[in-house]
Amino acid sequence: MSRMEPAADRRPDRGENMALAATALDELVNREYRHGFVTDVESDTLARGLDEDVIRLISRKKDEPDFMLEWRLKAFRRWLTMTEPAWASVHHPPIDYQDIIYYSAPRSMKAGPASLDDVDPELLRTYEKLGVPLKEREMLAGVAVDAVFDSVSVGTTYKAKLAELGIVFCSFSEAVREHPELVRRYLGSVVPYTDNFFAALNAAVFTDGSFCYVPPGVRCPMELSTYFRINAKNTGQFERTLIIADEGAHVSYLEGCTAPMRDENQLHAAVVELIALDNARIKYSTVQNWYPGDKEGKGGIYNFVTKRGDCRGANSHISWTQVETGSAITWKYPSCILRGDNSVGEFHSVALTNNHQQADTGSKMIHIGRNTRSTIVSKGISAGRGRNAYRGLVKIAKAAEGARNFTRCDSLLLGDRCAAHTFPYIEVKNPTAKVEHEASTSRIGEDQLFYCMQRGISAEDAVSMIVNGFCKEVLKELPMEFAVEAQKLLGVSLEGSVG
Amino acid sequence: MLEIRNLQASVEGKPILRGIDLEVKAGEVHAIMGPNGSGKSTLAQVLAGREGYEVTGGEVRYLGHDLLAMAPEVRAREGVFLAFQYPVEIPGVSNAYLLKAALNGVRRHRGLPELDAMDFLALVRQNMKRMGMADDMLYRSVNEGFSGGEKKRNEILQMSVLEPRLALLDETDSGLDIDALQVVADGINAMRGPERAVVMVTHYQRLLGHVVPDFVHVLSQGRIVRSGGRDLALELEERGYGWLDGAAAPQAGPPERAAP
Amino acid sequence: MNAESRDRFVAEFRRVEAALPGAKVPWVVRARSLALARFADSGLPTLRDEDWKYTSLARIEKRAFRALPSGAPGSAAPPGLAAGLAFDGLPGHVIVFVDGRHVPALSHIGGLPAGVIVGSLADALERMPERLEAFLPDDTRHTVLGALNTAFMSDGAFVYVPRGVAVAEPIHWLFIATRQDAALHPRNLLVAEEGAQATVIEQHADLGSVACLTNAVTQIFASRGSVVEHCKLQRQSPEAIHLAGIHALQGQGSRFTSHSIAVGAALARHDITATLDAEGCEAELNGLYLAEGRQHVDHHTRIDHARAGGTSREHYRGVLDGASRGVFNGRVIVHPGAQRTDAHQANHNLLLSRDAEVDTKPQLEIYADDVKCTHGATVGQLDEAQLFYLRSRGLEEAAARSLLTHAFARDVIERIRASSLRAHVERLLLARLPGGAQVREPA
Repeated sequence: MSRMEPAADRRPDRGENMALAATALDELVNREYRHGFVTDVESDTLARGLDEDVIRLISRKKDEPDFMLEWRLKAFRRWLTMTEPAWASVHHPPIDYQDIIYYSAPRSMKAGPASLDDVDPELLRTYEKLGVPLKEREMLAGVAVDAVFDSVSVGTTYKAKLAELGIVFCSFSEAVREHPELVRRYLGSVVPYTDNFFAALNAAVFTDGSFCYVPPGVRCPMELSTYFRINAKNTGQFERTLIIADEGAHVSYLEGCTAPMRDENQLHAAVVELIALDNARIKYSTVQNWYPGDKEGKGGIYNFVTKRGDCRGANSHISWTQVETGSAITWKYPSCILRGDNSVGEFHSVALTNNHQQADTGSKMIHIGRNTRSTIVSKGISAGRGRNAYRGLVKIAKAAEGARNFTRCDSLLLGDRCAAHTFPYIEVKNPTAKVEHEASTSRIGEDQLFYCMQRGISAEDAVSMIVNGFCKEVLKELPMEFAVEAQKLLGVSLEGSVG
Repeated sequence: MLEIRNLQASVEGKPILRGIDLEVKAGEVHAIMGPNGSGKSTLAQVLAGREGYEVTGGEVRYLGHDLLAMAPEVRAREGVFLAFQYPVEIPGVSNAYLLKAALNGVRRHRGLPELDAMDFLALVRQNMKRMGMADDMLYRSVNEGFSGGEKKRNEILQMSVLEPRLALLDETDSGLDIDALQVVADGINAMRGPERAVVMVTHYQRLLGHVVPDFVHVLSQGRIVRSGGRDLALELEERGYGWLDGAAAPQAGPPERAAP
Repeated sequence: MNAESRDRFVAEFRRVEAALPGAKVPWVVRARSLALARFADSGLPTLRDEDWKYTSLARIEKRAFRALPSGAPGSAAPPGLAAGLAFDGLPGHVIVFVDGRHVPALSHIGGLPAGVIVGSLADALERMPERLEAFLPDDTRHTVLGALNTAFMSDGAFVYVPRGVAVAEPIHWLFIATRQDAALHPRNLLVAEEGAQATVIEQHADLGSVACLTNAVTQIFASRGSVVEHCKLQRQSPEAIHLAGIHALQGQGSRFTSHSIAVGAALARHDITATLDAEGCEAELNGLYLAEGRQHVDHHTRIDHARAGGTSREHYRGVLDGASRGVFNGRVIVHPGAQRTDAHQANHNLLLSRDAEVDTKPQLEIYADDVKCTHGATVGQLDEAQLFYLRSRGLEEAAARSLLTHAFARDVIERIRASSLRAHVERLLLARLPGGAQVREPA
């Protein structure tokens, strides 16, 4: 920058300002974890460890039809032959899969409460505290919520109202019982149990999750959402979400996650499958705020998730938006298989790693159909000793005439001990494709901060403004309810986005 | 020289030209005016042979030949020149190279000997001087980093070097300041002659003050709805294009909105 | 790992080791046997290795290439062999190697400033091994193919430029392969002392169509304040396999420029690295790959910003025709403490035919915060608007395509500073384009 020297007497000390800016950064990245409390409920919990008997037990507890048990067992046998992937840019001590509890449910849920009114008030209070009231009178307007507590769904709001339109929105367990034909047809059709180590494990032991089916031509009138909560100690959470938008259907789905502060690392290995048929549209948004561990890197969730959407029909559209601020380790690549002609895939991501957090995240866009389009926008913010990697694949298959991809990934560095990596893979087998990838890495410039402060903006606000500006492109993709939450999470004021 | 009969064309399946009839004789200057989206630029692109513009009906004869059957480069060599509304930037290819390749292509086509480097440079420099262009422009990449005005001048320079029989000028006046407009207009006027014809596509009548047309046509919704002399342009200047909607509607098939 | 090909290389080594240069120099013998052990440990890389994900060496495994021991009759090469390839008219110094052996009769070294050495590495290993010990065993990149080269290294160029000396004319290393099934392991060493300046051209070509294996390594030591330009021209015949490592280690404030022009070989893999090992270094890696038919051309580059204040620029472009495949992998690593790093990388690819393929992977790995790093990669085809513009000015479609392809590739060629060399490369490029002969700039 050209150093324009202001009058000496009026000039604030640059070093002092920078120190202030550093404090603001510290405050931004050292917020206490707000959702770290533990709910005191009696739980029905299996012993640690995993074998075929445990899987049979889970299946029995969930009253599943035979095809589900068989599928689980096939997945388990496959999993035994697989090894944990080692290619991600993350490091952790080996995970002892026999030291994890694979099923835990609040005892009060055992009888299966008939309606939300019958749910243990302690559980309802938990969700209230998390800002997701489930009771009729206080329910969030315009958002239907499926609340998942440890291994089971506590309840789903607005179910009846959605049913009037033919929309099925319920827990996965209920879907297995009530709509086995839909489950059987679509389960594993996007992420087969053979897909990867964690997907195989999930298929074997998944306990609950959300299920959604939107019938042809229906535009879902409200946001659907699932709130995941890990409460019990030493348990792993393995939920599975399946969303099907039939021809011409539209649906927007939100997902939020929190967990108590515990010293041990807990494993969360979820699978999400999206299926969009002709002219259907699915928007999937995540604000992931699992417990990230403490400042020394102790505890926190290992978030190893497989998310994939299949644009199966012509003109279908799947968009992923994620704000990842939690978890000790994040390993996830929400992807799109663009099979239908003219289908569109999008991925918008903000990932913040602080202290000892590690994130290896990105997206895969597999172009198979003609005139398919995809966009990837990834914003990584690394602070403290955080490690943040973007890993992506754009693949243009031989038949994908006229395919287009645009990828932009930017990294912002706060502090000199963090790390930011970019690993984009681009594979093009069709000469009519156009693929563009851009990436940049920079830090919050002293110059930028100094400029703001010279204009009378506090260092803290300046940092917020800059981080906000950096993430804006992604945050604007979130539904309103989540955008606010996400901005709070990022410690970003609304300044600049209003007015 | 140019006879257009019932020309219809569409872009990505959407009809833009819905039956154009126009005759241009040697020695004439025609102005085609009309509001945005009326199809003016499409007409120019179709005449030059741009891919992606699908001719769905009608015919175009140029000097007695089927113009639409010719490849774009053959049209150029036969003397059809399009001055682009948005001249394309081509990094890595110098202006001098493009001009020389184009000029010698035309000369070969006409059975004339190719110009050697000396004669070529002399010819180009003479034209550049008239256009008020700096010498170094020759060695810069085609239109790369040129201002809007520089690009338009460059189009006119190419035209004066290539000496086409039929010049199609697509919004050549847009984005020019008054001095540049005069230079461009001089370039066009220098082109006029009994053997040549000029078709100017323009939204405003500004250029027409400098290059006086023999005929003015108004294009609306893909058809020529009015034709007249120089006065028509002045009338348009005064009244805008709004009053033409009424004139266009009856010809445009079923009216899209009810009478007020 | 393919054990069969590994065992073949090991057996070949036993067969020729006694005849390799430096057989009486203990450190050379030790370096060779360590390197062989390292190679034997892992064998040739396979598609399962991340660095070899897109490039298969199965071709090597299928064929029994024979190492040529020292003293093979390279000197029997006919005079005039290098004519044409030596860029007649290009001023400077030419040192010629035929089938991996230095041929003084074909070489021409002009007047050099005092203290400058331009000669054969085999010769130097016999006559002054002590001058090489600090450099040769330094296998900074530790690749398996590098180890294989160290085990077998036969001959190559040795250039030494003393402190403060500038060699004005380019030094041309010309490697010509003539023998079917030969396995050649050229090793080159360029040492530029403090403030020295030199430009080197490393050219690999074949006499006719020769199915041989070249596994070359070039080490460059650019000391404090030196300026080194290395231009690699790989134009081997369509039967050949070309593997190459080019590794530069940079001292404070040094400037290293690499150009890699790859037009030849059935299978070509180039590993090019620059380590900015002191403050204030500048590195520039440029590359152009043109492939057609069933050619496979791979560039893996790596820039290590190990210290603060470094600048790196990387411009790679590829033109893929026929059923060829281009691979680009560009890694830029900013190590802890390498503040004020400024790194920019770009890779652009042009696909000219239905069956051509490109795999590109630009990577940034950053462990410092005060940095400015960008990269970009594109894959596309010729611009339709530009094509139409040229055709509307009367250019034939084929000529317009060649012209635009040429313009695309020129971005890289223009970065070559030695003008005579630039013109040669330009001619090579034009020879590859349909109607390219007509694409000439007016004087």
